[in-house]
Amino acid sequence: MNSLAVAKPPLVKQSRFLRRALPYFLSLPALLICIGILIPFFTAVYYSLLRYRLNLPAMKGFIWFDNYLNFFTDPKFWNTLQISLVYAGLTVVVELLLGLGIALLLQKRSRLNNFISILLLLPLMTAPALAALMWKLMTNPNFGILSYLLTLIGIPDMRWGSDPATALLTVTLVDVWVYTPFIMILLLAGLRSLPPAPFEAAALDGVPRSFVFFRITLPMLMPYILTATLFRLLDSIQQFDIVYAMTQGGPGDTLLVFQVQAYLDFFQATNVGRSAALMIILWAITYVLSNIFIKQWLKLREKAHGVT
Amino acid sequence: MYDKEKGLFEDFVAGRISRRDLLKSTGRLGLAAGAAGVLMTAAQTKAMAADFDWMKFKGSKIKLLLNKHPYADAMIANIDAFKSMTGMDVSWDVFPEDVYFDKVTAALSSGSTEYDAFMTGAYMTWTYGPAGWITDLNEYIKDPTKTHPTYNWDDVLPGLRASTSWNGVPGAELGSADAKQWCIPWGYELNNLSYNKKMFDKAGVQPPKNLGEMVETSAKLQKDLGGPYGIGVRGSRSWASIHPGFLSGYANFGEKDFSVTDGKLKAAMNSAGSKSFHKDWVKMIQDSGPKDWANYTWYQVGTDLGAGASAMIFDADILGYFMNGGDNKEAGNLGYAPFAANPAASAPTPNVWIWSLAMNNAGTQKDAAWYFMQWASSVEHDLFGARKMNFVNPVRASVWKDEEFRGRIDKSYPGYLNQHDVSAPGAKIYFTAQPLFFDLTTLWSENLQKMVTKEIPIDEGLDAMAAEMDKKLAEAGLG
Repeated sequence: MNSLAVAKPPLVKQSRFLRRALPYFLSLPALLICIGILIPFFTAVYYSLLRYRLNLPAMKGFIWFDNYLNFFTDPKFWNTLQISLVYAGLTVVVELLLGLGIALLLQKRSRLNNFISILLLLPLMTAPALAALMWKLMTNPNFGILSYLLTLIGIPDMRWGSDPATALLTVTLVDVWVYTPFIMILLLAGLRSLPPAPFEAAALDGVPRSFVFFRITLPMLMPYILTATLFRLLDSIQQFDIVYAMTQGGPGDTLLVFQVQAYLDFFQATNVGRSAALMIILWAITYVLSNIFIKQWLKLREKAHGVT
Repeated sequence: MYDKEKGLFEDFVAGRISRRDLLKSTGRLGLAAGAAGVLMTAAQTKAMAADFDWMKFKGSKIKLLLNKHPYADAMIANIDAFKSMTGMDVSWDVFPEDVYFDKVTAALSSGSTEYDAFMTGAYMTWTYGPAGWITDLNEYIKDPTKTHPTYNWDDVLPGLRASTSWNGVPGAELGSADAKQWCIPWGYELNNLSYNKKMFDKAGVQPPKNLGEMVETSAKLQKDLGGPYGIGVRGSRSWASIHPGFLSGYANFGEKDFSVTDGKLKAAMNSAGSKSFHKDWVKMIQDSGPKDWANYTWYQVGTDLGAGASAMIFDADILGYFMNGGDNKEAGNLGYAPFAANPAASAPTPNVWIWSLAMNNAGTQKDAAWYFMQWASSVEHDLFGARKMNFVNPVRASVWKDEEFRGRIDKSYPGYLNQHDVSAPGAKIYFTAQPLFFDLTTLWSENLQKMVTKEIPIDEGLDAMAAEMDKKLAEAGLG
């Protein structure tokens, strides 16, 4: 009789300690990464509680929340907060409208549409600082092509980033040029992945296009819109390169957004404490915004899946 | 034959024969200019090597942090002379100016030992010195065992020596007896007029002699030329917009940035004289400056002059120098003039920017680094740069007397020597040395921008700015 003996796997004797410790060992890499991320964060929190200027080492010391409290009475801080929020809001709204419009135009799959959508991605591949320098040349009042075009339509003296009245508009233009493709590509992907059935039913019933857009397309696209908005909002409120390359925060204090102010505080004034406190406030703002958006996104997802 | 030629150059470097005799003798020997240059460098290197153990750190390797600049180019072009004289190896990183000082701050504040010496401006040492990031170089300059006997520190222009030394007390005079020498002047620029001679001829105007004339001349040029704007000055939101023409003119009226009483600083920009100066300056920019003045750094100011987009600049003299050569459209058309803003002043008082060499306090080869620094700031290297490269402006009085250097400049850049010679005695840093220099001077430029764009009135704006500065000084324990 030929029998096939199935070999039993050898019993691995695990000590009680190893059994208990295994989950901790397995999660150790994640813990290390987490520590790696948190060390700079808590260092910044620590610095934000200090009076700490690199060039006044004798004055270094704990002042607890004085750096934060000083902001409340500092009109420069409120200007920074205001301009950062306005910049972020303005750029995101314009980019969203433009991005959605372009995505709708390119929604139908065709060779031409695919080619155009690839072309439109080119600005996104440009480093924002380089894009800003390019726009700085184009908006130069002496030889810039955009300034020249404006003279043709009767606006001879546009000063772009040099004029407090138009500086925000100028940097917004650059931001919109660079980042609208980001929103466009996200929304295009969303539009093309929507189920066709509701649209086919609406077409059969002869539902007007505007109704389809506002009652079917937009609600179904909302998770994508929220995702795109969240990404862009977080990025815009932390804007640095475009603003710094175009105007260094000027003219005056017109464009002193958070990152530019914190950068100047650290690298120019070597005021580590104030710079860190500004960054922590910026972190808190982005944290709150992220939470709001993520909660909304989860709600919409639950709604889409019929979960009550 | 070769020994004879070599001997001639060695005699010249040692001062045993005159320049005229050297030229005669080399001419008789039929020596080509290139060969003469090689022999001169060799003779200078040999002279430096005498009576001093340049080989003490043979085999050492030092690393430099450099800004992309003609001064650095001149050093790199001559570095083999240092290497062969010392047996040391030298490497370097070069960064463009836009990011250079961020790199320096990051390297020094982290306590990095990567760089042994680096280029800096004098203003930066007001941060680096008190922070303990750089070494007081007095201990090297005054030590005969570490410094070559012919180094001749006193040959460096006195205004520059003083401007690069500070005792660290906010508001204290630069160059005081107890001051620390934070860096060694390497090359410098003072602020005067560089102007387009063709445009001035076309408009029928002469270089202005004071601020009032400057405002009028700029406006006339702007009106008559029908294209180029009248005057280029810096305007970006940065301390660097205040230090060139603006502060040079401001100081010429005897105006101060801060007053110091019992060791406490107080902003002085809202004095009657200061307000009057600001009004003229702001009017000049509004009437005759570039349209996007608020974005103007040295680069735009210089290139506009070279490209014929502006009729004159009140900025670094070396900007006018560089724009008068190379591929610039207006090369050969530029002239230079000393400028005293105050009609009652006897001479110009140009504020200066001094590219200098400083030593990393965290460096592990300080003595070897000093060997490099003293070579790079020696008469010999300064002469090499001045004669053969674009090392303007040299910092040594003896180099300014050198006939070959003067002849070259006078021939190719007429008027340049005069503007320098007239202004050099009054050339120094006119800012008050204090730790908040960058914050407060940037705040000054921010307010100047607001005045030019009419966001704030000048008188009230200066009062508010002074109050804000006083508050910041008090918070830092300085006011």
